[in-house]
Amino acid sequence: MLGYAGKVLYVDLSSGKTRTEKLSEETAKKYIGGIGLGMQLWLANSKAGVDAFSPENPLVLALGPVSGTMFPTGGNGHAFISKSPATGGVGEAVSHGTFGAELKRAGYDAVIMSGKSDRPVYLWIDDDSVQLLDAAQLVGKSPSETEDAIKDELGDYYVRVASIGLAGEKLSKIACILNEKTRAAGRTGLGAVMGSKNLKAIAVRGTRDIVPAQPEPFMEMVKEFHERMKGPATQKYRTLGTVENVLINNTLNCMPSNNYANARFENAEKVSGEALNERYVSKIIACSSCPMRCEHEAVVREGQYKGTMARMEYETLWAMGPYTGVDHLDAIIKAAELCTYYGLDAQSAGVTVGFVMDCHEKGILTHDDLGGIDAHFGNAEAMLKLIELMGKREGIGNILADGVKAAAEKIGKGSDKLAQHIKGLEVTGYDLRCLKTAALAFAVSFRGADHNRTSAYAVDMKGKVDRLKAEKGRGKIVKDLEDTYALIDSLIVCKNSRGAFYKELPEMAKLYGLVTGYNISPEELATAAERISTLAKLINVREGLSRKDDTLPWKVMNEPIPDDGPVKGALVTQDELDLMLDDYYQARGWTLEGVPTTDKLKELGMDEFSNIVEAKQEA
Amino acid sequence: MVKIHERKFVSVDPDKCVGCQTCEYACSFTKEKAFNPVKSRIRVVRQNQLVNMAVTCRLCEEPACVAACPRDALTQSDETGIIMIDKDKCNGCGWCIEACDYGAMMLHPETKTVYSCDLCKDNPKGPQCVQWCPEEALTLVTSDTLAQKARISAIRKLFQEKKSPA
Repeated sequence: MLGYAGKVLYVDLSSGKTRTEKLSEETAKKYIGGIGLGMQLWLANSKAGVDAFSPENPLVLALGPVSGTMFPTGGNGHAFISKSPATGGVGEAVSHGTFGAELKRAGYDAVIMSGKSDRPVYLWIDDDSVQLLDAAQLVGKSPSETEDAIKDELGDYYVRVASIGLAGEKLSKIACILNEKTRAAGRTGLGAVMGSKNLKAIAVRGTRDIVPAQPEPFMEMVKEFHERMKGPATQKYRTLGTVENVLINNTLNCMPSNNYANARFENAEKVSGEALNERYVSKIIACSSCPMRCEHEAVVREGQYKGTMARMEYETLWAMGPYTGVDHLDAIIKAAELCTYYGLDAQSAGVTVGFVMDCHEKGILTHDDLGGIDAHFGNAEAMLKLIELMGKREGIGNILADGVKAAAEKIGKGSDKLAQHIKGLEVTGYDLRCLKTAALAFAVSFRGADHNRTSAYAVDMKGKVDRLKAEKGRGKIVKDLEDTYALIDSLIVCKNSRGAFYKELPEMAKLYGLVTGYNISPEELATAAERISTLAKLINVREGLSRKDDTLPWKVMNEPIPDDGPVKGALVTQDELDLMLDDYYQARGWTLEGVPTTDKLKELGMDEFSNIVEAKQEA
Repeated sequence: MVKIHERKFVSVDPDKCVGCQTCEYACSFTKEKAFNPVKSRIRVVRQNQLVNMAVTCRLCEEPACVAACPRDALTQSDETGIIMIDKDKCNGCGWCIEACDYGAMMLHPETKTVYSCDLCKDNPKGPQCVQWCPEEALTLVTSDTLAQKARISAIRKLFQEKKSPA
C-alpha cells in the first residue's frame, strides 16, 4: 500500500498491551482516511450506547493518505474521533501542525486507544517501539509545559506531542487536545475522553521515508498548489487571517453578541482583525509543509497583561470578545492564552462565559452563586476569572466546565433558553437567525453547532441565495458542502486551502491517485464522501440521536434580531426548520426521521451497517 | 581558488522564516527521493512560536568538521567551499558532528556515514531549498553580499527615522 502506512496500532491502556494490525485496503479505499477511517474504526471497536467516559469507548487518532507528504497543508493534519461526552453522538476534531506527519513516519495510519490506565501515563511511539510511560510528574501541567517536559525526558527535540491540560484531566466536556503548543483538536470534548483514560499525552517520533506512488507527477502537483496557495485563493489567511471576519460579519449583521442578544457588536472596530494585526500580531507561522502559513501569534506588549501570547483566530476572538461583550483585545488575548493553558476549547469556553453573563443579568445566577464575580456583559476581569475557574473546575467553574447544556440542566430556572448550543455543542460566530442555509447546516451537523462541517454561511453571506428565506433547495446545497468537507477532513487537507482546489473533486481525486496509486474517478470519490457523511449519521443514529436533535438554539427560534436594519426581526421558525429538514433528508435519500435507508446503504456499499438502521425501523 | 568571501552558502532570514519545513521536504526529496526530515541537509528549529529558523552548512573557513575527522574523510572544496565526504573512509564516529557549532553535519540513518549540504551541486538550478522556500527566507549568497545588505538596510532605517517627525 502506498500513501497509506498500512498499519493500525491498538493500545489497551488497561493492560498496557499493544498490537498492530494491517489496514485493510478495502476499508482504506471506502473511507479514505482521517475522520472517515477514524469513524469506521470507532464503530468497529465500540458497542451501541457506550458511555463517553467508559474504558470501552475507544479514542481513535487517524491520519489521511496525504499525511506525511509534501503536499501543501496535506502533510500535516491528524484527526481524533470518539464518542463525544458533550453531544452523546460522534465526536471528531481535526488539528494540524507537525504531529500527524511524525506519526505517519512512525508507520501508522491510525491509533486506537481503549481501556483505562490505573495511573497517569503517556503514550510514547518511537517508530516500532510503543510504550506507556509514567506521567505522574506531568499531572496538572499545561499542554505546552507537558510538551517541553516530555522532550526533556526523552532527550529529543523533534519528538511531537499531543496532550491535554488540567481541563481534560478533570473531564471537562469542553476540553480539547493540543499539539505543538497552539494547535487544537478543539471541539466535542475529546480532551475529556483522553483524560478519562488517564492518558496525559501522546508523544511520537517517526523516521521512515514517505514516498508517494507517483513521485514526479506528484511533485508537479505540489509545485502547482504551492503557487496557488501563495495567490489570491488564500490571501485572507495569509494577511489579516480569519480575524478579518470580525468586521465582515459585523457589517453584514450576522455576528452574535452578548449571548445572542444582537447580531452585531457596537465596539467591533476595537476588536477587529485590523486592530489585532496592527497592534498585537508579532509573527505569522506555518504548519509543516504549508506555503500559505496562517497562524497569527498575538503578543500583548504593555499594560496589565504584558507578556501574554496566544494564537488568534476569528472564532476565539469572537467568543471571548463580542459574545461576552468584552471590547479589550488585551483581555481577549489573555483569555485565549488561558484556554490554551488549561486545554479548553476556546469557542465553547467563550460561549459559556456569555451564557453565565446572560444568566447573571437576568437574575438566574446571583452574585453569591458566582462567588462574588461581577459577571456583567463587557466585564473583562469577570470573563477571565470565569475561564480560570472553568479550567480548574473550582467554584461555579465546576458546573460551567461541562459547557452550556450541562450547566443549564444543573442551574435550571429557565436557563436552558439562554444556553446557545446544538446537540450539546456551543454555537459559533455566525448569527443563524439571518443565515438560513447555515441554520440548516448547523441543525443537521453531525457534531452539533459547527461552522466547520460546511461553509453554508458563505452561501448566505455572499448572496448566492436569499439568506433570510427558508426554501427548498437548501438541503441539496448543505448536502454537497457537507460531503466536500467530509472529504477534506478525510484526505486530510486544510480547510483554509480549499480555495486552491479550483476543481474540487477532480483535483482531489488526482491527488489521491498520485499518492496512493489507486486510480479513483471524481464520481467514485464523491460516493466515498457521501459514504463518510452517512457513516457519521449512522453513529448518531446508533447512539440514539434523531430528528428532534437536528434543531436550533432557543434564541435562534424565539428571539428575533432586535436592531433596525436589513435583518431586523429575523429568526428561524419551527415551520421553516421543518421545511428545510425535510428537504435535506430527501436530498440525502434518508427517511423523514433522518435515518439512512437500507437501500441507500446498499447503494453506497455500506450493507454491513444495515443492522443499525433496521433496529431503528423496528423500534 | 575562490576566496572565502566569494563562496556562496544558504543563508536564512529568521524574520522571514515561518518554520514550515518546506525546505526539509524539498531537500530530502531531492537527495533521497523520499519525504523525510531526518534525511534533510537543512533543518528547521522552532525555539518558540516567535522564533523560527532553518539551519544548514555555513561553509566555514577552516571548518572544524574537517579538522576533527581522524580518518581524513572530510575535505573542503577549494572551488565552492562545500564539505566533501569520502563515504569509504567515514565510519560514522561522529566527531565532525560534535565539532560543528551549527548542527549542519548529520549521520545518515541508513548508510551510517555523515552528510551535509552540498548546495545541490549537481542541479543546474542550484539549492532546491532556496527554490522552494515560499517565504523567500532562504538565499544563496556570499558573506560579502550579506554584509552589503545589512549596511544598506541600516542606512535606510537611519534615514527613514531622520525623515519622520521627531
